[in-house]
Amino acid sequence: MSVTVRIPTILRTYTGGAAEVAVEGGTLSEVIAALDAAHPGIAPRVLDDTGKLRRFVNVYVGDEDVRFAEGLDTPTPAGSSVSVIPAVAGG
Amino acid sequence: MSQSTTLPPSTPTAHSASRRSFGPATALVCRECGERYELGARYACDQCFGPLEVSYDFGAVTRAQIEAGPGSIWRYAPLLPVPADAADRPTDLAPGWTRLHRADQLAAALGMRSLWVKDDSGNPTHSFKDRVVAVALTAAHTLGLTTVACASTGNLAGAVAAAATRAGLKSVVLIPDDLEDGKVVTAAVYGGTLIAIEGNYDDVNRLCSEVAFEHEDWGFVNVTLRPFYAEGSKTVGYEVAEQLGWRLPEQVVAPIASGSLLTKVDKAWRELGALGLVETSPYKVFGAQATGCSPVSQAFAAGHDIVRPVKPDTIAKSLAIGNPADGPYALDVVRRTGGAVADVSDDEVVDGIRLLASTEGIFAETAGGVTVAVLRKLLAEGRLDPEAETVILNTGDGLKTLDAVSPVVGPTATIRPTLDAFREVGLA
Repeated sequence: MSVTVRIPTILRTYTGGAAEVAVEGGTLSEVIAALDAAHPGIAPRVLDDTGKLRRFVNVYVGDEDVRFAEGLDTPTPAGSSVSVIPAVAGG
Repeated sequence: MSQSTTLPPSTPTAHSASRRSFGPATALVCRECGERYELGARYACDQCFGPLEVSYDFGAVTRAQIEAGPGSIWRYAPLLPVPADAADRPTDLAPGWTRLHRADQLAAALGMRSLWVKDDSGNPTHSFKDRVVAVALTAAHTLGLTTVACASTGNLAGAVAAAATRAGLKSVVLIPDDLEDGKVVTAAVYGGTLIAIEGNYDDVNRLCSEVAFEHEDWGFVNVTLRPFYAEGSKTVGYEVAEQLGWRLPEQVVAPIASGSLLTKVDKAWRELGALGLVETSPYKVFGAQATGCSPVSQAFAAGHDIVRPVKPDTIAKSLAIGNPADGPYALDVVRRTGGAVADVSDDEVVDGIRLLASTEGIFAETAGGVTVAVLRKLLAEGRLDPEAETVILNTGDGLKTLDAVSPVVGPTATIRPTLDAFREVGLA
């Protein structure tokens, strides 16, 4: 099941500058593992030492913030889009 | 944590400028892991995604030096990431130096000894956002950026559009499509590009961040320029202290949207103390949210360090940020100082607006209503000391949120234009 992952600027050093990459995975956790296998070093940037999403990383599957869904267990259906975005708010 | 003295560049493609262009600022530092970066258009740590904050080497700064400055935020240029001649730049709308209003009648109504309103509705576009935009646009100028952009809950939209046109910059402003008419009109009137997004502020903010990935040649004031932008809020704290005669109040109540304003007021007061510009004295910081968007208040009540995002549903749209990035830091400040965070219903927000207006002649927008209502609630619950000198922050103008109060205020009577009719309503 191919999932498109949008890569934030600060992680593009791991993807050779690519803004989007396609990986396989049925859940967000699997997508991150696949992403790290293809581009080693990304997972520790997104996950903390306990394997949870870092608190200043926002991840969306489609339009949904995974914190409102099932976190790392959020399903990532074939063809879905995952966005990784540094948390920033204020306006 | 890196202790290297040679800092990594902002990004391979990001804009940067010589350190001297940012005045006393020395670096951007990750608030989470301490990693340091060269000053430039970046906002998140490469290592842990933590937010970056400006660090400084102030040297000696005196009261006389500040008092000799202009009647705007630029009197505090020695304490901001801007060049000393910031006031002379084309971005200048001269925001700040708003009145500190002694609120004796509101104090009496609430049974308080001493209460002040820092009234930022007096800024050029009628909200405190003019402060942060001025600092962000000065950074944009330093970095050679010619387009500025933002995601906004309304007040920032107008502040960016106005300051950009004044500076001869292009602006691209993204807003939720359900904003109050007053905020849409007061953003659109300045020209520039204004795009309404079908979603709430958090949706807009997400889109803005993704657009920022694709437009590194634009300055996103509250995203890529956020470390500079956020420092502008310190000037609220500096002004309160100077206007009180170079001293700190005992309590302050600030509205919480992202949480940045509250944390920067605290930062400002700690800086003034460290520089010897005020006597270091204890103060308590209180935060105010609307119940319909109260993730920080909920975390405070639950004793959590993590702020769980919520989906906003409140008339206080300028505070309707469901995923407040500075929320954990706001909690830190409130807990460190012995304050509290509370939230109030939309009906209480309207009552707060009316109470401030009817006692002090200040018409606040909904965020101000939140602050007044939370002040009243904290007093009633015994969590805020009525005997301690208190400052509340009014961040915007009620004329932008007329919808909030128009259903409950209006003419006392509508009569025929005759003296008899006037007598009939009992006024003569």
